[in-house]
Amino acid sequence: MSAISRDDVAHLAMLARIDLSDAELDKMSGELAIILESVARVSEVATDDVPPTSHPLPMTNVNRPDVVRPSLTAEAVLAAAPASEQQRFSVPRILDGD
Amino acid sequence: MSTATNGHVAEPVVDYAEVLKTYDPVMGLEVHVELNTATKMFCGCATGFGEAPNTQTCPVCLGLPGALPVVNVAAVDSAIRIGLALNCEIASWCRFARKNYFYPDMPKNFQTSQYDEPIAYNGYLDVEMPDGSTYRVEIERAHMEEDTGKSLHIGGATGRIHGADHSLVDYNRAGIPLVEIVTRPLVGAGAHAPEVAKAYVATLRDLLKALRVSDVRMEQGSIRCDVNLSLRARSQDPAAQNDVPLGTRTETKNVNSLRSVERAVRYEMTRHAAVLNGGASILQETRHWHEDTGVTTSGRVKSDADDYRYFPEPDLVPVAPTREHVEELRATMPEPPAERRRRLQGDWGYSDLEMRDVMNAGAVLLIEETVAAGGTPVGARKWWLGEIARRASAQARDLADFGVTAADVAELDGLVTSGRLNDSMARQVLDGVLASEGSPVAVADARGLRLVKDDGALSDAVDAVIAANPAVADKVREGKVAAAGALIGQVMKEMKGQADAARARELILEKLGAA
Ligand SMILES: [Zn+2]
Repeated sequence: MSAISRDDVAHLAMLARIDLSDAELDKMSGELAIILESVARVSEVATDDVPPTSHPLPMTNVNRPDVVRPSLTAEAVLAAAPASEQQRFSVPRILDGD
Repeated sequence: MSTATNGHVAEPVVDYAEVLKTYDPVMGLEVHVELNTATKMFCGCATGFGEAPNTQTCPVCLGLPGALPVVNVAAVDSAIRIGLALNCEIASWCRFARKNYFYPDMPKNFQTSQYDEPIAYNGYLDVEMPDGSTYRVEIERAHMEEDTGKSLHIGGATGRIHGADHSLVDYNRAGIPLVEIVTRPLVGAGAHAPEVAKAYVATLRDLLKALRVSDVRMEQGSIRCDVNLSLRARSQDPAAQNDVPLGTRTETKNVNSLRSVERAVRYEMTRHAAVLNGGASILQETRHWHEDTGVTTSGRVKSDADDYRYFPEPDLVPVAPTREHVEELRATMPEPPAERRRRLQGDWGYSDLEMRDVMNAGAVLLIEETVAAGGTPVGARKWWLGEIARRASAQARDLADFGVTAADVAELDGLVTSGRLNDSMARQVLDGVLASEGSPVAVADARGLRLVKDDGALSDAVDAVIAANPAVADKVREGKVAAAGALIGQVMKEMKGQADAARARELILEKLGAA
């Protein structure tokens, strides 16, 4: 389960929009394999009677009422934007979105 | 890769009837419903439509570091009620998940959704077809998620995504609660597949309206439909049709009117058939629907679910509705669609045929609202299925977003039934309403439209017309009452249409001693 191919790394890099060189792909494949092997050791401890745990605290149904609270102003919000135009965040063009 | 809207090369299609000789269509419909809660799914920002850009955002919905989401209890209740209305089982414990992707319409770089633990699953919706039959749509799941921001693509030849220089994003919509309703494959619809798709979305829309969980404004995007379609070989033996493996599907995104749902299914069927007939295979991809030209164009190749790297959202604790709470919500269910349809038909006194036409036009809700606003059932049906349908159809628009409200129609109907306007004047008023001149009363006032009740003016006109047509008048005097028709026409002309034709006839016959 720890095997990660160079192609896997290239695919993940594409999904994460990280441009990796050939040398970096080789390096990352090796490094990620070590990380995965380390994580896989956890499953040796987790036997069938240990359910996968996503939340450490046994809490459910933490809700809030449907009551409006003030939003930030557009000025405050856009002050944090690298660029803005027409009161909107300006971002690089999307190549393959929908 | 996206393809520009304009100037796309038309793909070959085959005749619709030809498709069905060789192939059997299978559909899957995914409907996104924007809930009408006051606040967003995970923060207290307001959800108003059409507000100034980026005025309804906060650290949570902008995904700023350290912000923690908290679930909106009203959104969860709405999701459960939708699940119950769709005859689903309600999960006793479920989690949210992060759907990771890198489009700028979500500032967090992921969308909070549900993955393998939907709040509702295994349901169905019985859809009444225009011919009176029922088609059962099986519901795989209804899950909670949040809406994305809205992008405006700037620059480039077409202004669309392809060739755009940059995009401008408004996050007001990001985080508004959505429920996504996913059907199981719809099989066995055959030639009726496009109508089944449309009837399903119309039934679902009316149900959501009755549940009061959404504004159900398709033109504002509060209901959005993705249409999955595939063709498989048609079996000689109908009983064995479902043993034939499914073909490759395409997913046409954002089909946002009832009319378009029907057209998109029909178009994809004819396009798939042309590809398959040519010996090629269907590429599993998303398609963009073009409302103006009625065609789809290639979108991106569909990502695998793996590519979204779903994992349980650590910042939100699981949702675990108690059985008692689910039963409380079940007690708030509106009447099922078929019962509602029968009740309304009885209330309105429509014949089966009339009701069928109303359903086929997707006008049940509009007529219900019109009657609630004080219109007569007869008038409501006459206007929506007559003049308004004709005008909407000429402009390829849905009745519901054509610019006339139920309140307008009720008011217009009232103007006719009270005797202020005749039908021809009412049609002029309708034109005025459609031209955004105001409410029917305002338009009638502004255009000076009013039936002349004053016999004085009418009587003068009758006298003038009789004097000008002595030969016709003599015939009427001799008892040929039918000849009065010619005189009535001239009187109406003299009165510029603003007279009660029945009263004009009475006056003519009286004056000529033929009454
Ligand atoms: Zn917010």
